[in-house]
Amino acid sequence: MTSSIIWIFLPAIFAIILWFIPSRKLTILLGIGLSAILALLAWLLPIDTLLNISGLSLKISSATTILGRQLILESNNQPLMIFLYLSLLIWYICILVTDTYHKLVPYSLIIVALLISAIVVKPFLYASLLIQVSILISIPLLRNSSSSTGRGIIRFLAFQTFSLPFILLSGWLLTGVAVSPEDLSLTNQASILLGLGFIFLLSIFPFNNWIPLLAEEVHPLSSAFILWIFPTIGLLFGCYFLDSYAWIRDSSQLSNILEYAGLIMVVMGGLWAAFQKNLKRMFAYAMIMETGYSLLAINLRGSLGMQPFFNYLIPRTITIFLWTSALSILINKIPSANFTDIKSLAVKYPYSSATIIFSQFSFVGLPLLAGFPNQIFLWEQLNRISPSITILMLIAITGLAMGAIRTLAVLLLSYKQESLIPSESSVQKIFLMVGILLLVILGLFPSLTDPLTTKLPLMFSHLGR
Amino acid sequence: MQIALDVIFLIVTIGSSISLFLGRNWKQVLISLGVQYFGVFWFVQLSWPLSLAIIKLISGLIVCVILAFYSEEYEVLTAQDTSWPQGNVFKIFSAGLIVTSTLAISRQASFWIGISNPIVMWIGLYLIGMGIHQLGITAQSERVIIALLTLISGFEIIYANVETSSLVAALLVTINIGLAIVGVYLHLMDQRDGSQ
Repeated sequence: MTSSIIWIFLPAIFAIILWFIPSRKLTILLGIGLSAILALLAWLLPIDTLLNISGLSLKISSATTILGRQLILESNNQPLMIFLYLSLLIWYICILVTDTYHKLVPYSLIIVALLISAIVVKPFLYASLLIQVSILISIPLLRNSSSSTGRGIIRFLAFQTFSLPFILLSGWLLTGVAVSPEDLSLTNQASILLGLGFIFLLSIFPFNNWIPLLAEEVHPLSSAFILWIFPTIGLLFGCYFLDSYAWIRDSSQLSNILEYAGLIMVVMGGLWAAFQKNLKRMFAYAMIMETGYSLLAINLRGSLGMQPFFNYLIPRTITIFLWTSALSILINKIPSANFTDIKSLAVKYPYSSATIIFSQFSFVGLPLLAGFPNQIFLWEQLNRISPSITILMLIAITGLAMGAIRTLAVLLLSYKQESLIPSESSVQKIFLMVGILLLVILGLFPSLTDPLTTKLPLMFSHLGR
Repeated sequence: MQIALDVIFLIVTIGSSISLFLGRNWKQVLISLGVQYFGVFWFVQLSWPLSLAIIKLISGLIVCVILAFYSEEYEVLTAQDTSWPQGNVFKIFSAGLIVTSTLAISRQASFWIGISNPIVMWIGLYLIGMGIHQLGITAQSERVIIALLTLISGFEIIYANVETSSLVAALLVTINIGLAIVGVYLHLMDQRDGSQ
């Protein structure tokens, strides 16, 4: 038995089985059960250690060899498995509660399995190919939740595919750099190709115009999944490059590139969010901001290591899924997420409206909410580097805050006392209330996530220290 | 002899990609794509063993067969694209620009990547350029898929010179076929939603 069988092949096979199950509820419940079991196994099962279960000896080995290549899923990767499968579990609960299309479950399972294999494959040159296959599989996931093939889906496919040639070629050049590190021209070529590959993979400005288009076209929970998983895995994949090559890690130019790219994304996302009249698009710009924050957090390496980046993961994931779940509940009842259609919905849908507002303010970094501890930490650290960065971030956050205030104003507009009974179901009310409570708890006690987030950086041998 | 064959396949590949670009009829597009894959096969077999390079040809033809699932009568160009310059003169002129610009940089690029035959680099860059150009002027899913396949074909020609791993070849085949399946899937879904 190998670890890859449990966390890669099992969910992939299960995904195929789930695809054929017609019952919506059963599919989602099985998805929830499987992701819960996989997260639990990642927490409890030791890898490469002999287990003795009532006289039966069992050893989960970390390496799986396929056609001469290896998938090495070690104990250092187990916190990531816990995080990914727990996040998937929350997302499936969101699907169940919001009456969303159940075929998203098998697609998402196979995408996560492929992306995990991309993280653990050796040599990691193959990762970009596996990421590309997962991008292709995500097209049915997106198209199933949309009424037509819009420009967002097409651009997502095109821009993400662009990253493949660059990363593959850079991978080949990097092996040359490893042999002759003194060859500066080769190093520059490898850096340029790698940089271009990651610009497309992480949808860094200006190649992120598909994000608002995609978010507007497809179901909020579908866009939430895609905009959560691909940047997260893309950033981890990027960190593997940083971890593996000292010359990239120690490059002063990389620090500048990360800083500028991160700042541009944060400022652009914030400013655009302020002027949006559609909640889906506003979410998309908030996600662009979040990728920017991640780049800035990665740039804080050094004595802090990767901790600031990993601290962001859990609150962000919960906020993303909550915002889009609440939006999904509204979307099921109204024709679009435009401000004209959501006017005064806070009266009919108070729980969903409150969840959207709380999530938006959590992204803004409002005190007492989940986003606040990490925001304030990032602000402090960046202010030490350069106060001008803090000013730009303030402008960006003001933009998103304006968007949130406008959303609040529109949701409460034309208040009439005709129907004060909330239209959400009891399950939806409980789910949303628990979600809001979770945002507040994570804001008040950010160290609750420490048992997981402090272990996540261990997957990197250099950056993790 | 070898150079003469290279030049013949170069002309065939350039011609087929221009025909692919100009084509308004789906049948013409598929035939051009098939011919283009013959060109890709030829340039890949210059650096790969024939038994491995033939995979590119077979997978390319499989891609064409999958794409043939689009309706036979299907006209590629629809009103959706009319905002962009669509005249044949413009297309031939722009393809000519790509031919000359990629020719100009192919020598330096082949030195850069370490490819001894500049023709291989040129045709690879040319196909990448044509793919990007097609992507730039269309929003139609069918056209985008064809453009991405062209782009990846160009990359595969260049990459074959630096990487001979059969597993990478297999994964690239998967991606090519996957793109074709995604194209057909999007088309069928659009047809279904359009008819509802």
